[in-house]
Amino acid sequence: MLKVFADYVTFSLMGLQPGEHLAEALNFFIYDTLKIFLLLTIIIFCVAVIRSWFSPERTRRILSHNREYVGNVLAALLGTVTPFCSCSAVPLFIGFVESGVPLGVTFSFLISAPMVNEVALIMLWGLFGWKIALVYIGTGLAVAIVAGIVIGKLKMERHVQDYVWEIKVGEGEIAEQTFREKLLYARDYTRDLLKKIWPYVVVGIAIGAFIHGYVPQDFLLRWAGRDNPFAVPIAVALGVPLYSNAAGVIPIVQALMSKGMAIGTVLAFMMAVTALSLPEAVILSNVLKRKLLVTFFGIVATAIVFVGYLFNIIL
Amino acid sequence: MKLEILGTGCAKCKTLYENTRKALTISGKEAELVKVEDIPTIMKYGVMSTPALVKDGKLLFSGRLATAEEIAGML
Repeated sequence: MLKVFADYVTFSLMGLQPGEHLAEALNFFIYDTLKIFLLLTIIIFCVAVIRSWFSPERTRRILSHNREYVGNVLAALLGTVTPFCSCSAVPLFIGFVESGVPLGVTFSFLISAPMVNEVALIMLWGLFGWKIALVYIGTGLAVAIVAGIVIGKLKMERHVQDYVWEIKVGEGEIAEQTFREKLLYARDYTRDLLKKIWPYVVVGIAIGAFIHGYVPQDFLLRWAGRDNPFAVPIAVALGVPLYSNAAGVIPIVQALMSKGMAIGTVLAFMMAVTALSLPEAVILSNVLKRKLLVTFFGIVATAIVFVGYLFNIIL
Repeated sequence: MKLEILGTGCAKCKTLYENTRKALTISGKEAELVKVEDIPTIMKYGVMSTPALVKDGKLLFSGRLATAEEIAGML
């Protein structure tokens, strides 16, 4: 139905011919924008209702009873549903380690929370199909679990800023919201999130549409195709300083993939953009000493590069 | 009455401060309004997601915004 509408606007209303650059780009832009916003609204609302049962306080309680391995798996899973914004990364980090959540388990949570979430899921599902969406979620969780376990094994507790261990964390008991309050919260949350990400989505889709319409087919095959062994590390290195969320990056990488970029390279780039960013490093430097911060970025980046190679080989 | 707005200075924390100020006007109540940005104090209340609102040392809510009307109802 959305396709029909997009075709109607481009070909009938605007009188453009199928096959023209402008027509292809515009058609893609209209169709994708409509589809993505429809999906985003519905799914963000549903997830917001679900996540009102998973407050960070409750997640912390669950995780403080679990040690390594099981704890890492749980942390990565809870990271996907617990509300998280990078601006509360510091209180969250302190709250976790102070209540006895192991350092490695805390990192599993911190890696999975921004990388594997409902926005990434919807964008991938809408633009790449459900198979790629599941692959991304599966490997994203694996990266979070493995990186967390490795950081835990390195015993880097003394590389956490000293004041963190001296803070006394209170209980923070809040009454459970009623179901009506949860729905109202979900409505506000959806509205706020859409308000925040819509420019990224529109710009992302517009750039994607431009690439679709104007960049020649197979343009990227030579540089970013699966035969170039340097493509994956370069994609990751480019992804770290780029600060965007899944909403903005995915339409662009989808267009890049249609021009010959290999799937593993695409996944690695996306993970690097969402999981690692310079602003996050600045925020985390409040609680982590340089050595731990560098180790954290190094391990996650390595895991992402590995995922990239893996999918370039098997898919 | 003492109201504390907990937050590390993000946009939402500023909005919550404004909404709380409006809530005082709506309810006609007097209160001391304090912005708390320092991490150890925020952690003392066990808050892990900002912004949060504290009334006389008791945590009202955390990790979300509230409208001025909603806050007025809690005072």
